Amino acid sequence: MNRRKFLRAAGVAGIAAFAGKRIYDYAIPSRTVQAGTKLVTIKGPFSTDEKVNTFEVVTHYNNFYEFGVDKDEPAKNAQKFVTSPWTVAVSGEVAKPRKFSMDEILKLAPLEERIYRHRCVEGWSIVVPWIGFSFSTLAKLVEPTSKARFVAFESYYDPRQMPLGRVAGIALPYVEGLRLDEAMHPLTLLCVGMYGETLPNQDGAPVRMIVPWKYGFKSIKSLVKIRFVKDRPETTWNLYSSQEYGFYSNVNPDVDHPRWSQSHERRLPEFFKSHKTLMFNGYADQVASLYTGMDLRKNY
Amino acid sequence: MPNPLATKILSSKWTKAVLFLICFLPLTAIIWPFARGYTLANPLEFIQHGTGDWTLRFLLITLTITPLRQLLHLPELIRFRRMLGLFAFFYACLHFTTYLWFDKLFDPREIWKDVYKRPFITVGFLAFTLLIPLAITSTAGWIRRLGGRRWRILHRAIYISAACGVIHYYWLVKSAIIRPLTYAAILAVLLAWRVGDWISRRKRAGLTAAVPQKAPIKVSR
Repeated sequence: MNRRKFLRAAGVAGIAAFAGKRIYDYAIPSRTVQAGTKLVTIKGPFSTDEKVNTFEVVTHYNNFYEFGVDKDEPAKNAQKFVTSPWTVAVSGEVAKPRKFSMDEILKLAPLEERIYRHRCVEGWSIVVPWIGFSFSTLAKLVEPTSKARFVAFESYYDPRQMPLGRVAGIALPYVEGLRLDEAMHPLTLLCVGMYGETLPNQDGAPVRMIVPWKYGFKSIKSLVKIRFVKDRPETTWNLYSSQEYGFYSNVNPDVDHPRWSQSHERRLPEFFKSHKTLMFNGYADQVASLYTGMDLRKNY
Repeated sequence: MPNPLATKILSSKWTKAVLFLICFLPLTAIIWPFARGYTLANPLEFIQHGTGDWTLRFLLITLTITPLRQLLHLPELIRFRRMLGLFAFFYACLHFTTYLWFDKLFDPREIWKDVYKRPFITVGFLAFTLLIPLAITSTAGWIRRLGGRRWRILHRAIYISAACGVIHYYWLVKSAIIRPLTYAAILAVLLAWRVGDWISRRKRAGLTAAVPQKAPIKVSR
């Protein structure tokens, strides 16, 4: 065999091996989630009695662009994400700025299980038994001053652990924000687990926000920084495209995304997009009063 | 320069039959998880993205045939062009059907609202609609009926359809624009090649037209 033939054969073999691996991964997908730690919980308020999604669905369909833009990528790429030790720094317009270790957060309040609807701006929805407690519990400990009108949140970002973050197309670290009264609303959850366990990495371990009446991207994952601020903070998707993703981003069937309708949603894993989307994702009784007098078409 | 072995393989009816079966592999891959009973979180999206991707890929593959024929001196490749184009249409039909059926539940009002209001649906709809007359007139009978010249002009609609398809994809994604841009780049190369080919053919035509004028000068010398 001469050298050229050998190189060609090696090339073909390489491509075949690569293709073979791809086909194998595709045909027999691995479904591993790192084992979570069991959490002791009490039943929290506001739970829906709708059918809860399987753990499988909620851990294999994730928008977590730091670990890849495809929904199935975070499940694979977040496996080795190091989430311990972990601290959340709280600063800004507060009387008592401080850092919380994960152990401290877990002991701030009894952990509640809350079954919430979760509606993505893309038009799908899930029902998840989250674990945590109202964000206001933590906020009260740092004593926001009268100057605090908004809360800014920031995700962890380490390009070495999250190399795909560079090609995510959005600016990272991921930042989000809420008005102070939204953040202090009892529905707003500081979330440390789901399905009776600590959060899997791809779902925003070890601690995240859940704001159930807003589109999913408002519920920031893998939270490391909280700042109480005077002015409305910048938010990642709003920075990316402000006419598509507003600061409020309340679930609203009457205000369409510029590129698609928001009137209906697909409840995963169903085929049909047949569920009518509810105002404030069905939490209007609890949160509509936060927005009285506001033009929700303008403040989308 | 044409390789006799390649020519022989390409002319074989078996090659065409094998290629025909290969073109069903993407469909098999889309059906596979359902046949095996794997849970997919969003099965419909999986089907929709799969069929959409393969529509674009088959359109681009179809558009590669003509440049490849010339570059590799393999005119026999033309035997596969219609089949590949029809596979693009086949996957487009599946893609379009999933949208009508599972997204819109065949509600004509909702569909009209979407096509009218959403640019990405509008261009996708246009891309699909343009393929229909091309699929219908893909037969030898229709080439005869229309005449080669008119048929060729009509079938240039594939350029517009492919461009609309790429725009449809680009307008759909949130921030992962690399993939639609890859399709756009490939399409741009394929279309640029045609422009280049057209210019060089015109030049050649101009040269041959100029030859008779030069000839008398030579003679007079």
